[in-house]
Amino acid sequence: TTVRNSSDAQEIALAVWDRYVQDTPQRVKLIDVFMTFLIFVGALQFLYCVIGGNYPFNAFLSGFSATVGQFVLTASLRIQTNPQNKADFGSISHERAFADYVFGSLILHFFCVNFIN
Amino acid sequence: MAASVGSSFFKGETGRNTRGLLRLIILVLIATTAVASRLFSVIRFESIIHEFDPWFNFRATKYLVQNGFTSFWDWFDDRTWHPLGRVTGGTLYPGLMVTSGAIWHFLRFLTFPVDIRNICVMLAPACSGLTAFASYLLTSEMSDSPSAGLLAAIFMGIAPGYISRSVAGSYDNEAIAIFLLVFTFYLWIKSVKQGSVMWGAFTALFYGYMVSAWGGYVFITNLLPLHVFVLLCMGRYSPRLYTSYTTWYSLGTLASMQIPFVGFLPIRTSDHMAALGVFGLLQLVAFVEFVRQTLPSKQFQTLLRAFVLVVFLAAFGVLVLLTFSGVVAPWGGRFYSLWDTGYAKIHIPIIASVSEHQPTAWPAFFFDLNLLIWLFPAGVYMCFRNLKDEQVFVVIYAVLASYFAGVMVRLMLTLTPVVCVAAALALSQILDTFLVTKTPVAPAQANGNTDAPKTAASLIPDTLRSTQKPLVGIYSTFSKFAMTGTITAYLLLFVLHCTWVTSNAYSSPSVVLASKMADGSQHIIDDYREAYYWLRQNTEQNAKIMSWWDYGYQIGGMADRPTLVDNNTWNNTHIATVGKAMSSREEVSYPIMRQHEVDYVLIVFGGLIGYSGDDINKFLWMVRIAEGIWPDEIKERDYFTPRGEYRIDDQASDTMKNSLMYKMSYYNYNSLFPAGQATDRVRGSKLPAEGPELSTLEEAFTSENWIIRIYKVKDLDNLNRDHQSAMAFEKGNKRKKTSKRKGPRVLRVD
Repeated sequence: TTVRNSSDAQEIALAVWDRYVQDTPQRVKLIDVFMTFLIFVGALQFLYCVIGGNYPFNAFLSGFSATVGQFVLTASLRIQTNPQNKADFGSISHERAFADYVFGSLILHFFCVNFIN
Repeated sequence: MAASVGSSFFKGETGRNTRGLLRLIILVLIATTAVASRLFSVIRFESIIHEFDPWFNFRATKYLVQNGFTSFWDWFDDRTWHPLGRVTGGTLYPGLMVTSGAIWHFLRFLTFPVDIRNICVMLAPACSGLTAFASYLLTSEMSDSPSAGLLAAIFMGIAPGYISRSVAGSYDNEAIAIFLLVFTFYLWIKSVKQGSVMWGAFTALFYGYMVSAWGGYVFITNLLPLHVFVLLCMGRYSPRLYTSYTTWYSLGTLASMQIPFVGFLPIRTSDHMAALGVFGLLQLVAFVEFVRQTLPSKQFQTLLRAFVLVVFLAAFGVLVLLTFSGVVAPWGGRFYSLWDTGYAKIHIPIIASVSEHQPTAWPAFFFDLNLLIWLFPAGVYMCFRNLKDEQVFVVIYAVLASYFAGVMVRLMLTLTPVVCVAAALALSQILDTFLVTKTPVAPAQANGNTDAPKTAASLIPDTLRSTQKPLVGIYSTFSKFAMTGTITAYLLLFVLHCTWVTSNAYSSPSVVLASKMADGSQHIIDDYREAYYWLRQNTEQNAKIMSWWDYGYQIGGMADRPTLVDNNTWNNTHIATVGKAMSSREEVSYPIMRQHEVDYVLIVFGGLIGYSGDDINKFLWMVRIAEGIWPDEIKERDYFTPRGEYRIDDQASDTMKNSLMYKMSYYNYNSLFPAGQATDRVRGSKLPAEGPELSTLEEAFTSENWIIRIYKVKDLDNLNRDHQSAMAFEKGNKRKKTSKRKGPRVLRVD
């Protein structure tokens, strides 16, 4: 709240980061670390594709879309288990959200493994 | 609402069970009706595959059943597109064949050894029962009314717009695809409402199944992103939207890429870019929403909004750039012609030549949807009145599908589901209003603001009847009866209309032609199969048949002989080659046929019995398609008379009379009539007194009613003359003086 009228971008970002570290539960932080890791892996694959060419295009695609798909699934899990979104997901308990997450990930990996040949 | 009618059967726990049972019975009856109303053609004629395309699907299914799944997946078909062949496994949507193959195996597992042909014939009716159930589910998601879903189910079950593509025997992709379309939409609505990843994953799975079944999956690929985009623009972003859409997109795109025919298309073509764009946009919006929750600063919000807008525009610009630089392929011709309706006619005659690709006339809407087309706008209006996420979907679907159905006749099929849903919403609203409204209790008027009515009422004496019953409206038994009676009458008329249309318009297999004799009995003209079986039994196993592409699948399916071109029009030049051979002089056509190892030429001729869909009527399309490739050699203008008429009598142009198609059609036709009396009953004109002569072909077979004529391509002349002079020699009109006069000679080159 101290940065309400501050125009310094660095200060705002720092405040956001502080709030995040303070307020976020441990479990959600774990999810966030995993999502950061996925972004990192995806970016690495993309970089390699740009540098090394995309010859087995299906291999690149399945690897890349595995990270993208896993990212959005994890993001969905994070959204669904967020207490702030309780109103939107009344019918979905946290356990159900996790089961859905496993279900979606299994399908995703089946398709990726099938597509990578 | 309906629970308030009637006795204790409809109340409480018993009532719920009773209603469930009733609903089940109604749905079963609807499914039975949907199946039963599609059986006209099987009962009247026989259990065969209709039309043209289904013959290929049938042939592919037989191959799958005989050779197993793996060899079907890698099937290289060397019996079509003769010199080239077709990589069938990579150029077809395998969903239909795999489904009926699975049913076949399942029935054998249950010890019901059913012939694969019967499964193929009955697949479409069976799926239509499922479609009715799927539209029940979809509509139940839209409305609280107990009757809406059931009404939609019966509409979908018997609406002629859907029956036209799913009668027994029409073993086409649409047979299974419409069920998958409606069911995918149901799952999508379900997942948007709940925001569940599971329903999103199911949507993706059924979307993948739909991709494997029909090329019309592009409709879903564009409709769902549009739905999400409109919701975003309306400011209705919710986390549920994020979870359902991203799950669908990431899993569904991967699922669709598993089909070899689709392959990398979902990331390489413009048709699929909307889905990708909305996927990216949704990430941005979700991120901004996330930041907004943590930062309550006003300026920051506007900054972020601008950020989203800028990124969106930048991404759009990159997409345009990629499209123009060729990384992302532009719209396909078939898809593009939906937007630019004049495009196909000018640039791709082969698309315009298909009769299903013409714009729809008004009567077709009334014919195919009858009462539903009136209720359709009312239903869409109902959606506007109670606008939730799923109603937005119906509105978008209605607008888009109406446009497409107006542009192209065959897309009436994708319009029918939404018409059924919207009409059911409107009708159930009416029924709910009129069936169960109770008369408001009189004191309702007394409390509240009582001054004005009291003074007004007190001025009028109580003896007037209108003041004794101040509540006027729909509450009386009479108005309820009148309204529901009218609606029941309309619904009964709808059933009558549907049955009549199905029976008369959509239940005729094009393989056998039915006509009425003078005494009213049915006469069946079975020339197609007669000719195809002649080919099957009297020609060599590998004799190549040249015909126009319409008959390619049927020849492959019924005659089991290799063809040059078929209904899968993937190689336009090859089709143009056949068109050139058909529309040129014999001297030009013969080398073409020799080069392509053609043994027989098959044409369809309806002149004797007045069958209008014959090759002379299609001839101009052959000319146009050939002209597209060889504009110097084939000119459409040459086939018309100097006054610009397309004639076949003695006024016909020389190019027309000398074309191979003309000669093959009317060869020996004179012999059927007294001299000079030969008439063509389709074109309604007299033929020239002297019939055409063929030198490079000989007549091999002509069916009973002359519908199919098959010619054998002659071998090269033994004495190395050209066929024309050989014919002239055999006829005996060799010029007397040739031996004496010395013609211009050329040096012999050894």
